[in-house]
Amino acid sequence: MQSQATYNYKVVRQFSIMTVVWGIVGMLVGVIIAAQLAYPALNLSELGEWFHFGRLRPLHTNAVIFAFGGCALFATSYYVVQRTCHTTLFLPKLAAFTFWGWQVVIVLAAITLPLGFTAGKEYAELEWPIDLLIAVVWVSYAIVFFGTIAKRKTSHIYVANWFFGAFILTVALLHIVNSAALPVSLTKSYSAYAGAQDAMIQWWYGHNAVGFFLTAGFLGMMYYFVPKQADRPVYSYRLSVVHFWALIFTYMWAGPHHLHYTALPDWTQSIGMVFSLILLAPSWGGMINGIMTLSGAWHKLRTDPILKFLITSLSFYGMSTFEGPMMSIKTVNALSHYTDWTVGHVHSGALGWVAMISIGAMYYLIPRMYGKTEMYSTKLITTHFWVATIGIVLYIASMWIAGVMQGLMWRATNPDGTLTYSFIESVKASYPFWTIRLAGGVLFLGGMLIMFYNMIKTIAGQQAYEAPVLSPAAAHA
Amino acid sequence: MADFVSGFWNVYVMGLVALSLLFCLFILLSNNKRQSGPVALHGHVWDENLAEYNNPLPRWWLYLFWITLIFGVVYLVMYPGFGAKPGILGWSSVGQYKLEQARAAERYGPIFAKYSQMDVAAVAADPEAQGMGQRLFLTYCSQCHGSAATGARGFPNLTDKIWHWGGEPGTIKETIVGGRMGVMTPFGGVLGGEGVKDVTHYVRSLSNLAHDSLRAQRGAELFAQNCTACHGADGTGNPMLGAPDLTDGYWLWGSSEASIIETVTNGRMNQMPAFGEFLGEDKVHLLTAYIWSLSNKQDK
Repeated sequence: MQSQATYNYKVVRQFSIMTVVWGIVGMLVGVIIAAQLAYPALNLSELGEWFHFGRLRPLHTNAVIFAFGGCALFATSYYVVQRTCHTTLFLPKLAAFTFWGWQVVIVLAAITLPLGFTAGKEYAELEWPIDLLIAVVWVSYAIVFFGTIAKRKTSHIYVANWFFGAFILTVALLHIVNSAALPVSLTKSYSAYAGAQDAMIQWWYGHNAVGFFLTAGFLGMMYYFVPKQADRPVYSYRLSVVHFWALIFTYMWAGPHHLHYTALPDWTQSIGMVFSLILLAPSWGGMINGIMTLSGAWHKLRTDPILKFLITSLSFYGMSTFEGPMMSIKTVNALSHYTDWTVGHVHSGALGWVAMISIGAMYYLIPRMYGKTEMYSTKLITTHFWVATIGIVLYIASMWIAGVMQGLMWRATNPDGTLTYSFIESVKASYPFWTIRLAGGVLFLGGMLIMFYNMIKTIAGQQAYEAPVLSPAAAHA
Repeated sequence: MADFVSGFWNVYVMGLVALSLLFCLFILLSNNKRQSGPVALHGHVWDENLAEYNNPLPRWWLYLFWITLIFGVVYLVMYPGFGAKPGILGWSSVGQYKLEQARAAERYGPIFAKYSQMDVAAVAADPEAQGMGQRLFLTYCSQCHGSAATGARGFPNLTDKIWHWGGEPGTIKETIVGGRMGVMTPFGGVLGGEGVKDVTHYVRSLSNLAHDSLRAQRGAELFAQNCTACHGADGTGNPMLGAPDLTDGYWLWGSSEASIIETVTNGRMNQMPAFGEFLGEDKVHLLTAYIWSLSNKQDK
């Protein structure tokens, strides 16, 4: 039995296409700043300050996290919440507003950051008028999402929606608290907090941006697209309950590990480290539940490149959530902090986990937005997978080596206690690795361009499609 | 403890930490059923075919969780972390820092102290001391003065014979120990645009750079009225004030008309930070000798 109503695919379609577009833009800026580190002349100082690393780096992070990652999360959460609640989106006009509002935020970021307007907080650089717009869009997002949950036709809320819900609620809290500031003009404001407290709130925000925006949200994605693509039931409901609650309870505490050996009080640093370690098992719970879902269907990995993307992303998730707790141990952190190891760690999460699962989900979604089940070319998805994987490996391996080398060079001392290397010597020694990293980034960007071509070919000449709403009763039958 | 403004926050933090740990414990214990028999589907189906098995928690994963929880509790007992409780090891980051400083002073102190009684020229002649001096320079000074000590725009070259504050070992040491604040006051308001230009041409004439002689003539008068207090009547400067010699052909901020106009109009702030307290007398002595030697190589 099918009702007349159709799912709201329009907003999902819009966000899906922009995921690919912003992915290319954000990663292109990433490649540019990687090239600037390897070849400093590319900062284009003669032209002005607008293209300097310091101006473009926040543009890169904002574009890949909030534009690429954000659009992917909007697209998949809107898709998943409708399909698993067996109902259309609550307040479709408000959902449309979240799309246009979010695009305006992204465009404003792309204009203001190179111009140097910044609040100076990492991953929260945007100035207060844009912050207000983000808050409005985000609250609208929450209303649409939870409104849809409220009018669901199923008794149980599917696990993916727990994660999406936690992500939406927490990001609202994080953004509003951390962005509190006193404006002095349209383009300048000062943080509402001072000193070590400001730093602590910033990294409470910063690490939970990782934990909720880049983890919980994408776990929601995982819980829908992995079982769907593998056509297998989720491995363990019980595990999903345990790791969900443990994850969201524990992530909140982990922020201080960004501030080891600083003016932050000792007790705060200890707590940050302890809870970061406790995070290991809850994080791996998600990985286990995703990968084990494939048990009985492992052979599909050989032929299905979308599943390759999804399962590889979970492997990178497991790897970086092992690396993270390890790096939060104070003695390890004393070596790794401020080095490229951190950059490598972030990218094993960002490229390996976040980008790969988003790419996999988009390859699932995009054809369905046009009434098809397959992309234009499965072969090109396979090519994309391998190009991206080699890119990530080059990126992470070069940053590991560079990071550990930098950490060791900075702490090396002569028999008289003086430092063996000046800072600039560690910079010189890093150049080969920065070049390899650039190559890795170029490969990953190349993969996105393949995806873009595949997407255009898939969409070309196709009519936008809206699937009819399924009734849960029919699903049970 | 000073970390908390009142005893309440201490209890509050302890409560939250304990609650978080107990919550993890609770969800583990409440889901710890072992499986007997085949694993069944959980019962619900979404979106045509989404279902869930209800496999038990993997044992190794469960043990991993337990280990991290136990480690966490033990760590919070041993180290500061549970509210304001100091931890039974008595460790603190400040304590560790002081201990390491004391150990380093004990171990490395004598190596530097060895040279403290020698005069600067003798230290400069000692290759071992020069090596240490250079390493100190690369760590603490090269950021501004460059690895070769040849300086940069706004940061003096230390290898030539030109010194704003004096190049004798005594004054070099004074500069390192106490730092220097070289202030060129802005004269844009006093002189006006034309006046600044005239003075600029006069200043350029002092070191035989291309200039408009008419402007230089007018500028000479303005210079006499406004600039001689620091730069001296003949423009040769005053090392007591760090006022540069304008006749020697060395320009910290550049000799072009535009940069001199900028300097006269808006002034300059040159800051050399004080290193005396941070490095201690013995290291400063070695550093003095190294820097002094850079411009006195032929004297060795």
